[in-house]
Amino acid sequence: MSEQQVQAGSDTLTIAGRELRSRLLLGTGGFPSLELLAESIQASATELVTVALRRVEPGGQGSLLDVLERAGVGLLPNTAGCHTARDAVVTARLAREAFATDWIKLEVIGDEDTLLPDAPELLRAAEELVDEGFVVLPYTTDDPVLARRLVDVGCAAVMPLGAPIGSGMGVRNPYNIALIREAVDVPVVLDAGIGTASDAALAMELGCDAVMAASAISRAQDPPAMAMAMRRAVEAGRLARGAGRIPRRRYATASTSDEGLADFG
Amino acid sequence: MIVLNGQARDLDGQETLMGALDALGLSPDARGVAVAVDGEVVPRARWASYELAQGAHVEVLTAMQGG
Repeated sequence: MSEQQVQAGSDTLTIAGRELRSRLLLGTGGFPSLELLAESIQASATELVTVALRRVEPGGQGSLLDVLERAGVGLLPNTAGCHTARDAVVTARLAREAFATDWIKLEVIGDEDTLLPDAPELLRAAEELVDEGFVVLPYTTDDPVLARRLVDVGCAAVMPLGAPIGSGMGVRNPYNIALIREAVDVPVVLDAGIGTASDAALAMELGCDAVMAASAISRAQDPPAMAMAMRRAVEAGRLARGAGRIPRRRYATASTSDEGLADFG
Repeated sequence: MIVLNGQARDLDGQETLMGALDALGLSPDARGVAVAVDGEVVPRARWASYELAQGAHVEVLTAMQGG
């Protein structure tokens, strides 16, 4: 892709037939206020944001959906907090009912401290949801084999973690992320672990098709400014990937030719 | 008695889904809401006629910030 394509928005990302001009997905969790969420959505230029499903609090519902509707973004419901395939499947069905979308960001958590995915439960849930007609985007580990298994059962994309959710530790295993990009033929969305803009740029340089950020933006001191930074980092990383970086070398390679070099005696 | 969003509730003879929603202050056309009874999704079209058994576990969910 060229700078013109990126600028003009023609370098689109297609997931399950749906075209997205922005390669940044935004999580809505952790924002101090709905106003800051709205400002950050605008600054990020995202077109797809995640929402969770939780129990109705009497008199409390509605305002989040109003904000998202005004922002004109698509909803990607998640199954955050689910620990079994059964819970995730029921939550996905409820999300479809509540938000009238077949898209689901599938999360099945296997450990409370790291919030790492439970691979067997994740795969089971993915298979069942694909069979039920869902567009499944699984949050997964940075394991290329598991990513391939998820695609084999019909997932529309894979969302490998860079580091544990909310840890801000960036992309801990860039080699695995690059391997995942080579292993599957669906979009790869780097999810979780992003701490700052350079992490998002690195993910894109490794070949990811998009980046999802939540805490990195929502818990930054200035969320809208960080949202803008992430947007530009994703664009920069995408451009750099397409531009083709120089190989790494241990020794210097002069960029200026010695030809015509003066000799001062 | 039913269990509504984790709390035991007596709906005073209104043991229907509409009674449960009413107890949460929700109207039948509430946006962005989904209901499960004993782990099974109850589509909106069936809310009006749905009777709840004694001890039914009703979960009424909606969008929250997350992910």
